[in-house]
Amino acid sequence: MNKPIRTISMFCLLLFVALMLNATYLQFWRADSLDKDPRNRRVIEAAYSRERGAILVGREPVAESVPSDDRYEFQRTYPIPFKYAPVTGYFSFFSQTAIEQTQNEVLSGEDPRLFVTKLVDLLSNDPNKGGSVQLTLDPGAQDAAYEGLDALPGNVEGAVVALDPATGKILAMVSLPTYDPNKLASHDLDEVTSTYERLDADESEPLVNRAIAKTLPPGSTFKIVTAAAAIESGNYTASSEVPGGSTYRLPQTSGESGVIDNEGRDCGTDRIPFVQAMENSCNTTFAALANELGAEAMLKQAEAFGFNSTYLEDLRPQAESVFPADMNPPETGQSGIGQFEVRSTPLQMAMVMGAVANNGVVKRPYIVDEVQSAEYDVLEKTEDSDLSQAISSSTAADLTQLLVSTVDNGTASPAAIPGISVAGKTGTAQSGIDDVAPYAWFVSFAPADDPQVAVAVMIESADIPRGEIAGGQLGGPIAKAVMEAIIND
Amino acid sequence: MSQTSSVKGFVHRRRRGAELFLLVLALAVGVGAYAAVGIGVEGSVPVDIVSYGGWLTGLVVAAHVTVRLVAPYADPVLLPLVAALNGLGLAVIHRLDLTEGTAFARQQLTWMTLGVLLFIGALVVLRDHRVLTRFTYTFGLLAIALLLLPLVPGVGKTINGAKIWIGVGPFSFQPGEVAKVLLVVAFAGYLVLHRDALALAGRRFLFVDLPRGRDLGPILVMWLVSLGILVFQKDLGSSLLFFGLFLVMLYVATERPGWLVVGGALFVSGALFAWRAFGHVQDRVDIWLHPFQYYNNATPPFSDQIVETMFGMAWGGLIGRGFGEGNPTRISYAESDFIMGAIGEELGLTGVIAVLLIYGLIVERALRVALISRDGFGKLVATGLAGVVALQVFVVIGGVTRLIPLTGLTTPFLSYGGSSLVANWVIIALLLRISDQARRPIPDLSGADEEPDEMNTQVIKL
Repeated sequence: MNKPIRTISMFCLLLFVALMLNATYLQFWRADSLDKDPRNRRVIEAAYSRERGAILVGREPVAESVPSDDRYEFQRTYPIPFKYAPVTGYFSFFSQTAIEQTQNEVLSGEDPRLFVTKLVDLLSNDPNKGGSVQLTLDPGAQDAAYEGLDALPGNVEGAVVALDPATGKILAMVSLPTYDPNKLASHDLDEVTSTYERLDADESEPLVNRAIAKTLPPGSTFKIVTAAAAIESGNYTASSEVPGGSTYRLPQTSGESGVIDNEGRDCGTDRIPFVQAMENSCNTTFAALANELGAEAMLKQAEAFGFNSTYLEDLRPQAESVFPADMNPPETGQSGIGQFEVRSTPLQMAMVMGAVANNGVVKRPYIVDEVQSAEYDVLEKTEDSDLSQAISSSTAADLTQLLVSTVDNGTASPAAIPGISVAGKTGTAQSGIDDVAPYAWFVSFAPADDPQVAVAVMIESADIPRGEIAGGQLGGPIAKAVMEAIIND
Repeated sequence: MSQTSSVKGFVHRRRRGAELFLLVLALAVGVGAYAAVGIGVEGSVPVDIVSYGGWLTGLVVAAHVTVRLVAPYADPVLLPLVAALNGLGLAVIHRLDLTEGTAFARQQLTWMTLGVLLFIGALVVLRDHRVLTRFTYTFGLLAIALLLLPLVPGVGKTINGAKIWIGVGPFSFQPGEVAKVLLVVAFAGYLVLHRDALALAGRRFLFVDLPRGRDLGPILVMWLVSLGILVFQKDLGSSLLFFGLFLVMLYVATERPGWLVVGGALFVSGALFAWRAFGHVQDRVDIWLHPFQYYNNATPPFSDQIVETMFGMAWGGLIGRGFGEGNPTRISYAESDFIMGAIGEELGLTGVIAVLLIYGLIVERALRVALISRDGFGKLVATGLAGVVALQVFVVIGGVTRLIPLTGLTTPFLSYGGSSLVANWVIIALLLRISDQARRPIPDLSGADEEPDEMNTQVIKL
């Protein structure tokens, strides 16, 4: 009987090997995906009571965990809630957003880069502490942007983004209306749920970061892209003459809706200097230029600046800025002045401005500067990288000349800073919806000879009479304040 | 069959000292785990650590002394393995008690005491396992009676949909756990008598030696009993265990793989029939295949247990969260069928593999006993008991870790449950008894003490 007993032994061995392999599969290979399952309450509860790392701006935390004496050990708090909420996001029992979400592994201490800290914690029997995340934001610029936008009358909806053109560092990112993440991080889960439901149902969308997650027609600020395409084509320079005139009829159209005018600004007749067209934001010029260049060239130029793609890895969700493909001539004409279906996020327009300031190179924007251990040792510093060469450096120089002149002599004058040469452009985009007021835009960079900051301001709505909405008047002072905060720093 | 391995010069060792040393290690596991639970959950060593440790030590020492006295040549590894598992199980149950506010560990300790007493009793009363052959049919009938008992109105109790319990006063008892030991003995007694007929008579059909029709009878009866358990008691696990056990013993007794083919075919057809005919079997299979679809369902079937176990084991990872740091109470019945989930979460893959290795060693030692046993009955009983442990461990742990569809069975020695614990201690007593018989020196019947004839030979001169 010994032979079958040996066979049975082998069979039993197989059974046990199968059990061990399966346990290893479950606890080793599959553990990661199971731990990341959103339904896994264990991970959430553990994360919720853990000491999460801080999110730092400058040397100040804008999100930190403080000891708590209720059923969870730590409470997530946001010392400057409204100003930084769109960037930090919130850390609630149910979910996380923004930096709290994308940097969750670091903040919760699960990131492999924190392995040594984790090992030390394990050996010293300390609870696992998360690492910190240092943001690129400049506190002064953020203050200026937030206070400027918030000072507009009424319930403001809008956003401000400021970049360092040479590196792509995001220096300021503000979105209004905003919310108090402390209420969503509360340990009173009923309050969290009711607050979330209220914010989520709010028609002004306080939970949406307008700087990156909402696209609107960029209007006249998009003329920079059209001008860039024109100069890149080789047919124009900053000193060339461009098509002018008080009206422009879109090709293949008839009737009044096919006519574009300049709302009373002086755009001469026939041919006018490029500088005049930019200074006075001549719709007729840029619609004509767009048609002259063609839909293909316009699309190529817009995509070179980053349209129709996403590029910011540190924050989610992002909206893709849109420049439509396969447009017919009247649509192309409208796209040249940032209308038709052209839509942009404020970040995208800041990047266009950044590329002009940075010799035509678009830098990949980023907001996480450093990942640090719980003891604030730097574990990884983000390296800046090029996204594309959108335009040649001579084109960039020509555009800078045009845009400086627009601030000095033209529509963008509210952004002028005494003693410093500023490049800027206004925009007042038609919403395309009857009851919705136009959107005010302002983009700029300074100093023009050694750019340190590029800014985009977008005001979706504020309590301002419709006739008084103009990018220059509303956005200019905000952009100016942000630029001053960086330059005087 | 009984090839006596009495190689000349072979020294028969008792190895009781080794057993004692291993028992100290086993106690360190049990008492250490209990202390770790106290530190992990409450922050301090439990105040009753001395009395608890003392009690556990007392039980283990009593078992050891008994083995020393009445089964001196018994296998030295089995008792420590079992003591370690039982101690660990108690600690884990105690840990769950602390969170849930239950007192299962205390009851389990009582059951363990009863188990050890039965272990001692079995070893003392049963001096030669071959005596059991006298009770082949008694045990067989008793086992079937026990299996049917839960179906008797008034006595049987349905717990969690399975009619495998009987209520005696305030206690619930699973007669199936006792029946499995009786069945092993009954099968062994039957097979050792009929093995030749089963093995040799019959005809060849398609390369497979098929047995005679009348020899097939008992197999078909066993198959029907298994199916009956499945149909009437809705207990997949026991059904699978009994039939698998019978098949293994039949194969070992007859040495004919043909039986595995016949039995395997019967099992597959039975399983297919069950799957088609019974909603609860289909549910089990569906949950096994798509556990996440049934997670947090509003209406049955639910997969919360299995999914929570998977989450818990993943959360435990390689080294586990440590006692008190996990959330094993998210798994319902973590103290019984799903105790491996709790171990996986708080002691990690390391703990799970350690427990599996202990089970593996128990099975290995039991099969070794079967190999060296000098009589066919002993071989069959030892193989059967090894098979019971191996199959039960595979079915329940495989079910809990989603290797196979979940079927309710207790994890031997770990799970909370008196009937199972007591029956398993008796299994170990039987194995030790058989191994004592197998390992002790063969009584010398050759009269070797007598001097060779030489001395008495004289040359007679005539």
